[in-house]
Order: sequence, then structure tokens, then C-alpha cells
Amino acid sequence: MRELLFYFFAALAVVSGILVITRRNPLAAALYLVLAFFALAGIYVLLDAFFLAAVQVAVYAGAIMVLFLFVIMLLNLGPDDLPPIMTRKVRWVYAAASALLVLVFLALDLGRRLPAPAAGPAGEVEAIGERLFGAYLLPFEITAILLLVAIVGSVVLAHRESK
Amino acid sequence: MAIDHFPLILLFPLLGVLVNATLGKRLSLRASGGLASLTVFLSFLVAVQGFLALRGVTGDAARVVFTLWEWIASGDLRVDFSLLLDPLSSLMVLVVTGVGFLIHVYSIGYMAHDRDYPRFFAYLNLFTLAMLLLVLGDNFLVLFVGWEGVGLCSYLLIGFWYERMFTATMSTAQAGQKAFIVNRIGDFGFLVALFLIFTHFHSLRFATVFAAALQHPASPAVMTAIGLLLLLGATGKSAQIPLFVWLPDAMAGPTPVSALIHAATMVTAGVYMVARSHVLYALAPAALDTVAWIGALTALMAATIAVAQNDIKKVLAYSTVSQLGYMFLGLGSAAYGAGVFHVMTHAFFKALLFLGAGSVIHALHEEQDIRKMGGLRRALPITFATFLVATLAITGFPGLSGFFSKDEILAAAFQAHPLLWAIGILTAGLTSFYMFRLLFLTFFGASRLSPERAAQVHESPRAMTLPLMILALLSVVGGWVGLPPVLGTHLLGGTEGGFLGPVFADLHHVPGAGHGGHLSHATEWALMGVSTLVALAGFAAAWLRYLRPAAARDLFRAPASVWQRLLADKYRIDELYDAAVVRPLAACAQFLWRWIDEILIDGLVNFSGLAVRVGGEVLRLFQTGYVQTYAFFMVLGVIVLLLRLLA
Amino acid sequence: MIDLNHALVVAFLLFGTGVAGVLLRRNAIVVFMSIELMLNAVNLALVTFSRLRGDLDAQVLCFFVMAVAAAEAAIGLGLVIALFRRHESIDLDRATLLRS
Repeated sequence: MRELLFYFFAALAVVSGILVITRRNPLAAALYLVLAFFALAGIYVLLDAFFLAAVQVAVYAGAIMVLFLFVIMLLNLGPDDLPPIMTRKVRWVYAAASALLVLVFLALDLGRRLPAPAAGPAGEVEAIGERLFGAYLLPFEITAILLLVAIVGSVVLAHRESK
Repeated sequence: MAIDHFPLILLFPLLGVLVNATLGKRLSLRASGGLASLTVFLSFLVAVQGFLALRGVTGDAARVVFTLWEWIASGDLRVDFSLLLDPLSSLMVLVVTGVGFLIHVYSIGYMAHDRDYPRFFAYLNLFTLAMLLLVLGDNFLVLFVGWEGVGLCSYLLIGFWYERMFTATMSTAQAGQKAFIVNRIGDFGFLVALFLIFTHFHSLRFATVFAAALQHPASPAVMTAIGLLLLLGATGKSAQIPLFVWLPDAMAGPTPVSALIHAATMVTAGVYMVARSHVLYALAPAALDTVAWIGALTALMAATIAVAQNDIKKVLAYSTVSQLGYMFLGLGSAAYGAGVFHVMTHAFFKALLFLGAGSVIHALHEEQDIRKMGGLRRALPITFATFLVATLAITGFPGLSGFFSKDEILAAAFQAHPLLWAIGILTAGLTSFYMFRLLFLTFFGASRLSPERAAQVHESPRAMTLPLMILALLSVVGGWVGLPPVLGTHLLGGTEGGFLGPVFADLHHVPGAGHGGHLSHATEWALMGVSTLVALAGFAAAWLRYLRPAAARDLFRAPASVWQRLLADKYRIDELYDAAVVRPLAACAQFLWRWIDEILIDGLVNFSGLAVRVGGEVLRLFQTGYVQTYAFFMVLGVIVLLLRLLA
Repeated sequence: MIDLNHALVVAFLLFGTGVAGVLLRRNAIVVFMSIELMLNAVNLALVTFSRLRGDLDAQVLCFFVMAVAAAEAAIGLGLVIALFRRHESIDLDRATLLRS
């Protein structure tokens, strides 16, 4: 069951990703990206990273993508042309080449074999929290400062010069 | 007499150079010229002292060495900067400083209207210094320093009026260059000879080299090579075949320069050098013969050219070449003393001739064509009288200086090879002819001067006429130190004793070096008679041709016969050299310039610049300004890294 | 169980797609979205490894990646707005001041 779901979400994620980069309308691209994020969140759940899945949806799909959409709307961006290199004919060449590459890779199993997964705690909130505020307390605090800097920076960047 | 202060002889001219070169512009003509003359006079006094110290001294005491400082000490080569005072160098310095002094004084008058006189006197003193160094050197290297120095001064002084054109096709500067470059060829021979000498005798000091040569001479081939190469140097400096071509063009310089350098002193450097190296030549008979033959042929050839020249200085220039040929003839006939004797007498009368010519030129405001002169003996009495004395001396009028020195050479030539004597006698006849031609055309006959010139003609100032008179006196009595055996004692001597005896004494050690047998008295009288007759014949021929009133018409006729044209064009030797040597060399230089230098070397250098620029242009292509291009290269780099790490 | 190798393959594919988007698209917004895609691919890899190792350190790292991504998105979008103000468009081909 789980494998089936995994392949479903995986395919969804990959296809969404490809669609993101091939849409002419940035709005469409943004929405497909949201879809990709949701698919990833699904995969995280299947890998027992529950907290991360929740954060993925809340932060990525919920905050970052909203920000993207906000800017797209603000600048009133419409569809624009794809670079010539991505037009119809060439695109299929790429697709075919990439598919071929992946199939070859899978067939030959070129990657190093991963060992069997070790048993361990699931990505429960408490477990994550215990690590986060324990060993990784300092990076946590610094990240907070980073966010502050980002806020200030973005305000400065977007600031209109006073006349 | 104590002579420790002898090296001062070099110091005085050196001071003259320094003062005239630095402060000269602030000095008046008299001060500048007077200073220069004074320094030479002081050197003359020292020279006299040197002479007196050597008088009557024989053997080893007749050579005094003054070591000024240790110059080169490198491996085998040890050369000191030292001076040698012996009868030969003593005689030479007397001539150089004595005649030089008179010419310096003369120049004060001659250069009176020239603004550049400080430069002139500085050069003259510099020349004197270099010439003294040349004749006083104790070793070949010091001699060579002086040798090059006089060559330099010759160039500077020939080209003194460097802004002027000399002839229609040659500038004064080019005349100076010609002298220097032709000399260079001779110098090359000289240097190679020095290399050979050092290789075989391990020293450059005269005493050491000659002693070593006597004890362990090198192979005949090497000795002959040394002799011939030294001769090559001598032909350059002393204007013999094949390197004489610079001397006639050296007349571009002021006349005192011609008198001093190209008559009395510098051109005799070759003669001095051969005389000094007599040991080497005695050990290389083939080279010695070459010396004689080159001298004889040069004497004859130059005399024939002189017959057809119309410029007063050119006649004298070719005459100098001819007389130098006599000196070499004397040396080559193993009569070294005779050659040196002629150096001395020639210095007197040839300097006098040139200074007299300068007086004429000065009076006629730069006219030098004898076809436009005539009848000057009334207007320029002193010049005429002294010129006449000099002419008589050079043609060998009995009793005058030239008679004795020339006859001594001819007697030696007669003993060496009759044909050499015949050439010499023939040349003597020609000498008489062209010299009297010069005299008659310049001073006799009706005046052919342009009216403006005729009005301005006046005798030269005392600064110029006084040296003329002194030189005339010397031209008369100067020969009495060298009386032939039939007439008295030969005071000057040579290989047979006398003042120069100690210098050539080492010839006695040379096996088989025949210093000739003695001629019988009858033969001597006969030879003297023949040469006098020949001189008279030349005089008569000139009289008949140039003193007739009708002669004036013929003067300006262009040369008619082939022979006349050939002589007037000086056998076209300059043209021959130009075609055979100068043009090919110039073409070679052009080739080297255009192809090697401009294309190859410049190309290489420019290419490196080009390479950098092209490289920069290529690298610039990466700076597109598109962020995505940069990102692409980053990804590329990451992939490479990953492959490196994982593979 | 889920084959973790295939999870890594997915991460690889997503990352490659993101790179392609960064290098090929002219629209600045889409480029940023491609970057987010890349970051997510990394997150997926991290989670996979966390699962492999049996501890949660990689997931904590994931958390930080997300935080940084958020900050970066904020700044980046500010830049986009500044870019838009200057050129009236967000075509990256216009932004060539660094061109030599």
C-alpha cells in the first residue's frame, strides 16, 4: 500500500516540477509548484517525517508560495514567451533524453546500494522538538536572527526612494 | 737627466681638453686657442727633455718604462697602462708635439671667424692626447687605445662642420663616417692580429712579445698572418691600398686638421706600428715583402691620381697617400730607420704644404679650385715662399730634407728589389710633376681669380705665417740628421746604429734577416743622380705644360682621353667599393631589417601582445552579464566536482 | 517497504528539473520558483537519509533549510520588485549591467 502511494506522490511531484518550469504563465507555474509541495508533504508522511510534512505545508505552500503569488499579482505579470530553447520541438528532445537517462540509470542501478534502514524514532513533534531545543538550540536561535535580517533586508530592498 | 715626470706629457693635453670642453664657450678665441697651444707646447718641452735624456744612451738604458697603473689582470692576460720612452717613441712625440704645436698656433688664425672654436681646440687637444698615447704605449693594448682615439678624433674633426655639404653627393658628416668605417675594417685586422699575438706569445707587452718571438717563433704561417693582419690595420690608418679611400674625402675637414692629422701625425701611426713590430716582420719575410709592394704600388697609384686633381687639398691628399707609400716601401725594404726618417721630414713639408694651402684658401675666401687661382705669389709672398720651399723638399731637391729621406728609402728599395726602386723613381718623377703643377697653377701665371676675390686677397695674419716659416726652416734643415754614408754620419740611424739604433738592435738576433749589404759609393752617387734627374724632368714637364700662356685655356677642358678620365675619376675605386662591398652590405642590412627585425622579432613580440589580447577577448565572452550564464558554469563546476568525488 | 533508492531518484529528478528551470527560464519569478524546487529536492534527500540513519538530525537540518528558504524567498522577491521598478519587466535578459 505504502509503496503504491509513494510512487503516486513521487510521480505527482516530478510531473508538477516539470510543469512548473514549462508554463508560460507564472501564475500557473506557481500553482503547480504548490501541487509539488503537497506531493512532497505526502512523501514525508510516508517516510514518517510527520512534523516536517506539516511544516512543509504550513511554511512552503502556505507562506512562501503565498508570497510568490502576492508578488505576481502585485506586478500584474502575464504570460510571457518561453526562451527559444524550450519551444515545442526541442522540449520533446529533452524529455526523451531525460527519460532515457533515467531508465538507463534504473536499469543499471548505477547508484550505490543503500544499506537497510536503521530503526529509529519517528519524526514526531516531540522527538523533533527534543532535538531542536537540545543539541541544535544555537542554530535555532541564529535562524531567528536570520529571519529578522531577512525582514529588514526585504523592507530595505523594496523601499521606494523618497522623492 | 731625471725624467720621472715624463708622464706629464699626457696630462697637459688632457687638461686642455677638459678646460676647452667645459669652459671653452666663455673663453675668447685667443684664450681658447692659446690654452690649447700652450698645453701642446708644454708637452713638447717634456718631449725635448725625454729626447735629451736618451741622447747618447745605448743598450737597455735606452728604454724607460713608466707604469701608470695595473690595468688588466685576468687569467693569462696581464696588461699595465704603461708608457715606453725609447728613441723611436721619443722621435715620434717630438714630431707630434712640435708640429702639433705649430698647427695649434696656426689654427688660432685660421679659425678666427668660426664660432665653434672651443670645440675645435678641445678636439685638437684630444687628438694630441690620443696620438701621444699611441706612440708612447708600452704594449699593443695601450697603442690600440690611442689608435682608436685618433680614429675617433679624426671622425670628429673631419666632420667638424657637420652642417655643410662637402661635395654635391657627400655631406661632411658622411666624409667623417667614411673615414671611421674604413678605419674600422683595418682595426678588425689589427685586433685579430692581437688575438694571434696573445695566443702565441701570451702577452701584449712589446718587450715580452718580441723577446718571445725571437726565442720561440710561431709557425711561419702564423707569423705571416700576424704580419699581414697588422698590415691591414696599418693600411686603414695610413691610407694604403686597399683602405686609402677615406683620405681624399677627409679633406672635408678644416685645413689645420688635414695638416695635423692627415699629413703629419695620425696617418703615420701605421708606419710607427710596423716599425715598432719590426721583430715580428723580420720573422715573416713574406709579410714584409707585402708591406714593400703595397707601399710602392700605393705610391705610384696615388701619384698618378694627383696629377689629374683640381682641388688644391685633393692634390695634397693624394700626395700624402703617395708619400706614405714611400714610408711603407722603406719599412718593407727592411730600412726601418729610413721609413721613420721620412715620417719626420714628411711631417715638416707636408704640414707646411697643407698650412700653406690653408693660407691660400683663407685668402681667397674658401676657393679651393686651382684652375681659378693663379699669380698669387705677389699677393701672398710669405705663403708663396714657404710653399716653394716645401715643394722643393717634397720633390727631393738636393740638400733639403725630402732629398735625404726619400733617397735613403730608394737606396734600400734598390737593394731589396730593382723593380721596387723603378716604381719609386717613377713615382718621384710624377711627384715632381704634380707638385710643380700645383705650384705653377696656384702662384704663377696670370690671375684667373674672379674680380671680387682678387680685390680681397691679402696675406694671412702672423699666427698663420709664423708656423709656416718655422716649418719651412725645418723642411730645409730637417734632413741633415740623416746624411747618407757618402756624405757624412747618419745621426738618426736605424738598423745601423745612430740615435734609433737601440730600437732596432734586436734585429741582429734574427737569423737570416738581411739588413742589406752596403751599396758601393758609386752606386749611391748614381742613385742620387738619377733621382735628381727625374725630379728635374718632372719640373720641366710641369713648366712646359702649365707656365705657357696658352695653358690657361686648356685648364677647363673636360678630360678627353680614356686615361685622363680614369685619373680624374681616381680609377673609380670608390665606385668599385661601393658596388662590391657597400651595396651588398646595405642590401644585407635591409634584408635583416625588413625580414628578421620587423617581421620576425617584432612579430614575435607583437604576437605575445596579440596572444594576451585574444586570450582576454576569449575570456571576456564568459562575462555575459546574464546571471544564468554564471549559474550554468557553477552547475558545471559542481558536476565536475561530484564526478571527481564520486568516481 | 519503500525503496529509499527510488526516493533519492525522485530527489535527483526534482533537483535536475530545478536546475533546468534556473538556467533556462527568463522570467525571474519562475527562476526563483525553480530554486525553491531545488531546495525541496534537497529536503527530500535529507529526509530519506534521516530515515536511513534512524535518527532525526537530518530532519532538524531540513527544518533549518526551510527557514533559510523562507528568508531567501523574502529577500529574493524584494529584489524582483526592485528589478521590476527599474526595467518595467522581470526579464532576466535585461539585467546585464555586469556585461563586459
